[in-house]
Amino acid sequence: MFKSLAPPEYLATIDREKCIRCKRCIQNCGWGVYSWGGDKILINTSKCVKCLRCYHYCPEEAIEIKDNPTRFKQNAYWGYNHLRNIKRQAETGGIPLTGMGSDLPYTILFDNLLIDACQVTNPSIDPLREPMELRTYLGKKPSSVELEKGKDGKLKLKTKMPPQLKLSLPIIFSPMSFGSISLNAQKVLAMAAKECGILMNTGEGGLHEDLFPYKDNIIVQVASGRFGVNPDYLNAGVAVEIKIGQGAKPGIGGHLPGEKIPLEVARARMIPVGTDAISPAPQHDIYSIEDLRQLIYAIKEATNYKPVSVKIAAVHNVAAIASGIVRAGADIVYLDGFRGGTGAAPSIIRDHLGIPIEHAIAAVDDRLRQEGIRNEASIIAAGGIRSSADAAKAIALGADAVAIATAALITMGCTTCGKCYTGNCSWGITTQRPELTARLDPEVYAERLINLIHAWEHELKEILGALGINAVESLRGNRERLRGVGLDTQILDILGVKPAGR
Amino acid sequence: MLEINASGMYYRDLNQKIRDAVDKGEKDITVKNVNGQYYMGDGLRGKSTITIEGVPGNDLAAFMDGPTLIIKANAQDNISNTMNTGKVVIHGNAGDVLGYGMRGGKLHIFGDVGYRVGIHMKGVKKQAPTIIVGGTAGDFFGEYMAGGVLILLGLNDDGRPIVGDYLGTGMHGGVIYVRGEVEKENCGAEVGILDLDDEDMKVLKDSLAEYCKDMGLSLDEIMKKGFKKLIPVSLRPYGNLYAY
Repeated sequence: MFKSLAPPEYLATIDREKCIRCKRCIQNCGWGVYSWGGDKILINTSKCVKCLRCYHYCPEEAIEIKDNPTRFKQNAYWGYNHLRNIKRQAETGGIPLTGMGSDLPYTILFDNLLIDACQVTNPSIDPLREPMELRTYLGKKPSSVELEKGKDGKLKLKTKMPPQLKLSLPIIFSPMSFGSISLNAQKVLAMAAKECGILMNTGEGGLHEDLFPYKDNIIVQVASGRFGVNPDYLNAGVAVEIKIGQGAKPGIGGHLPGEKIPLEVARARMIPVGTDAISPAPQHDIYSIEDLRQLIYAIKEATNYKPVSVKIAAVHNVAAIASGIVRAGADIVYLDGFRGGTGAAPSIIRDHLGIPIEHAIAAVDDRLRQEGIRNEASIIAAGGIRSSADAAKAIALGADAVAIATAALITMGCTTCGKCYTGNCSWGITTQRPELTARLDPEVYAERLINLIHAWEHELKEILGALGINAVESLRGNRERLRGVGLDTQILDILGVKPAGR
Repeated sequence: MLEINASGMYYRDLNQKIRDAVDKGEKDITVKNVNGQYYMGDGLRGKSTITIEGVPGNDLAAFMDGPTLIIKANAQDNISNTMNTGKVVIHGNAGDVLGYGMRGGKLHIFGDVGYRVGIHMKGVKKQAPTIIVGGTAGDFFGEYMAGGVLILLGLNDDGRPIVGDYLGTGMHGGVIYVRGEVEKENCGAEVGILDLDDEDMKVLKDSLAEYCKDMGLSLDEIMKKGFKKLIPVSLRPYGNLYAY
């Protein structure tokens, strides 16, 4: 095999004077960068992905991972990825894969939106002293409510409410399947969801028995491969999600290769060990909104009418599609923007298909309001929520809640190296190799994820306080409290946001 | 023995009635005057036998896990969608997308079926689904098939082709038996056409014996004509698609 003509992206280096030959780097690297040469550590830098596991576990700080100075000549038009991918394709004839969300420098609308604050005339609220309501209910809301007097003379709700999912704050975890991530990573999500009063989502990988105790905090997913789906599974969580698409790879399916299907993953997916788990691009029983309605109600019939969420990628026509989804009977519309993460996607798809979530939220919220059906379903926005500010902006644009995945994985050690598809994650997250997954102690990392959610919770309360409002409900769809900076009139019009200074 | 008159009944009420009866332990239920009600047997568990008189609507036996449904007429689309265990016997024709993602149990159809039958059927260990079609099938029969057994008999010898195009496209598990000859040009690139060995004959005869009993047909008569076997040429049809 001849050496790839794509030079290594990173240069792993060891300060030989500092190195005490403890071999921890060899143990920790899941990629096989380091090996023992008899008297010193040998380095195969072409395997390095700069995940920094070795750096973190080197007791002498002898390791340094540099960007390879011997990269292709800088070119503003022909980027490193273009050259590398062409060379790889010339060598293999294959489609280059990637992980994580797109890192290309498209305009980030979140970074061009600013949130309002109170000064003098409209007092702000101190969330440390005053109650702040972040509680969020996902599901259909009645268009009107009727009250009646009970026997004790108190007013009671007469209208029968459709089923609701109760969240302590408007943040949930995005779907990530057992297979794409390790069971320990799923346990971290489940434990944190339980502790924080929010939800995690199984993705299309079935439900491992170890997650049964967290059933009150789990959404189970049904996608085109129908892996692990049976009546028990459908009834195992608080809601069922039909996955139509994913922001990172709109319109295409998924292939979990056979070598990543060990016994436990196979059991949860209810397929034989070692066969490819192929999720076809479309669900072959859904070719129309009517067909979608049929599946939604098939699931409702099988679950005694639990809420059903429909997840779609944010694409050009997202508003009309979302309207159809609501009319098809979905309780929740889950929108996933093109920045959304993935365990594996062709990089050409991830980087070039779909639209940003900010546009999608605004377009969908507008359309559902115009059609008078905004109350018929909740909107979850996902695909690149990096901070509580992104979450607040998404909610102000019209989302009921946001879903996060990458941010949650970062608390588990992820450094966004983007090599999830290889199954070698040295942090034990996107791998099934037992020696790697064992590193991710669910209890330890759940604590960190809980910390993150609590920190974002505090931040959201501070934002609300600064806005002078005491409930997230008052921020929902409140675009008057957003201003755009550096955005042209047309984008401002689409977002329904005024420019800063107006 | 419980009899339910489904005449003019909304599907939700009808299915609730059936579910309540099954929960109470009713083993033998007959539903009369069925006329297109959706989701009959959807997510239903237990070991009851439900006889349906009339034509049931779409998504019959979706997610079903155990019961036996006997349909004395034609049936519609999406039957046995992601079914886990149990049995569905249809004494007429049936529509499109039957047995999508079906993981176990049996679907026996006397007559013809439409497009995309047996899509992404899968099996694991001893739990493997079987679909037997007495008549002909449309395009995409066994598409993306990952496990289980599909048997196509073509008994209604009226000169129409026994199966449409794209047979077994994307197939990566399981086996398809077709009575008569299969042209390579009708098949997906992922399947190979083979003759049956002794093990195949055993599987085929065992499955067909039960089918013949359900339909009142003669096994010997069916076996007079030869079969072809279709299996995937690779368990990893897309193994070389990607560059890592």
